[in-house]
Formats: sequence, C-alpha cells, structure tokens
Amino acid sequence: MIGPLAVATHVLSLALAAWAFVEFFRQREPSRALFAGVWGVEALVLVQVVVLAVKLAGGQHPAGGDLVTLIGYLLTAALLPPAGIVLARMEPTKWGSLLIGAAAVIVPVLILRLGQIWNG
Amino acid sequence: MAETKPLNRGFGRVLVFIYGVFALSASARAGVQIGTKFHEAPLAYSLSALAALVYIVATVALARSSAASRRVALAAVGFELVGVLAVGTVSLLDAGAFPDATVWSDFGQGYGYVPLVLPFVGLFWLWRTSRREPVAEATAPRD
Repeated sequence: MIGPLAVATHVLSLALAAWAFVEFFRQREPSRALFAGVWGVEALVLVQVVVLAVKLAGGQHPAGGDLVTLIGYLLTAALLPPAGIVLARMEPTKWGSLLIGAAAVIVPVLILRLGQIWNG
Repeated sequence: MAETKPLNRGFGRVLVFIYGVFALSASARAGVQIGTKFHEAPLAYSLSALAALVYIVATVALARSSAASRRVALAAVGFELVGVLAVGTVSLLDAGAFPDATVWSDFGQGYGYVPLVLPFVGLFWLWRTSRREPVAEATAPRD
C-alpha cells in the first residue's frame, strides 16, 4: 500500500519541482497554481501518515529501522511542504519559486527513506 | 549596516530553508542516535549532535540578518566547512573511527553531498551580501 502512494508522491512532487524551476528560470514569482501543487503534495504525504499510522495501530512494524526514526521522517515530510509555503509567501520573487522547487525535491527523498525504513 | 544587503531576502530565503531542513534532520538523527545507542559510538554521535547545533546556529543567524548575526553565521558556516572536510576525510581514511554515519561522514554522501556544497554556497552568500552595492556607492557622496 505504501508502494503506489509513494510513486504518486514522487511523480507529483518531482513534476512540481520541474515546474517551479522553470518558473524560477523565467524570473517568475510562485503562482497560486504552484502553491496549490505544494498543497497537493502535502495531501499525499498526510495520506501516507494516516496509512502508516493505521498499519502501526494494526500491529505492523517497520522492517528496516526503528519506530522513532520512522516517525521522525514522517513528521519531517509532513512539516516540510507547509514550511516551504510559508517561506515562499514571504518571498514573492523568483526566489520563492526556487524555494518551492527545493522543497519539492526534498519530499521525494524523505519518502524514499521512509519506504526503506518501512520495507527494509 | 545599511550598505550591506539583507542576508535573509531573495536567495537568502532559499538558503534559510535548506539550512532549516538540515538543522531539523541532523537534530532528529543525533537525537535518535544519542537517545537509543550512545554507548555504541560516542564519538560519531557527539559529532552528529555538534553538526546539528552548527546547522541550528547557522539557520537562526542567516534568518535574523543583523550585523551581529552575520558574524555568527560566518563562524557557523566556516565551522561547518571545516567539519565536513575533517569528518569526511577521517571517515574515508579510518572507517573504524565512525562505525555509524553522521551528516558529515564521507563528505555528506548519504545526503547527496549537499552538506559538502552547502558551506561553500553559504560563504558565497555571506560574501555577496556583505559587498557595498554599486548604486549605494555612487549616491553616497551626495548624501
């Protein structure tokens, strides 16, 4: 269950990153649509949080790491998009677009590590 | 200092974000290592905590952007550069000294070498924003 969801997060987040970098190179500030994309990534991450919480409650355990590390990565992944949005709103220039691009690159890395910890 | 550009605007805001991410992840990693298995590798885990502290100080100093915090940022980013080079070199020469990874092991390979690149970018940004702007210099005599 973590598989398709992780793939969807990777695809959406990396597409968003590519879009944000294009906006940056075109000297454009982040648009409302770009911010909406970050919220979309955040929604997928939150679904991931719920799925893993249900699995943990059902007695399953991470195969490739300890529980504390798993929760750490979950929290970081969930907090990163909103933090990026807050900072990008403070920076309505092309640098705001670069910031969103950076956030959208980091989320897949966190989800990747999350998968490694969960699946072993 | 009116003649220096603010540290925390433009690209600086992106830098604050990246440093913030590293401050958070390095702190979390150090916290888990020290909380669950400190006796296994005290040196590596102490270095993890030190690295986390350096990232926190750098993040706050870059975000505050005062004349004083500029000096603090310079010290923190400079320490970060020395740290990643020293720990990176030692971890490659003597793998036994670091049985478990820190952010700076193998020059930050586990983090896509971002820890190695970041201090250079940070120092460049500190240098770039500390220069007087040509416009300000041109108008200075008239003031």
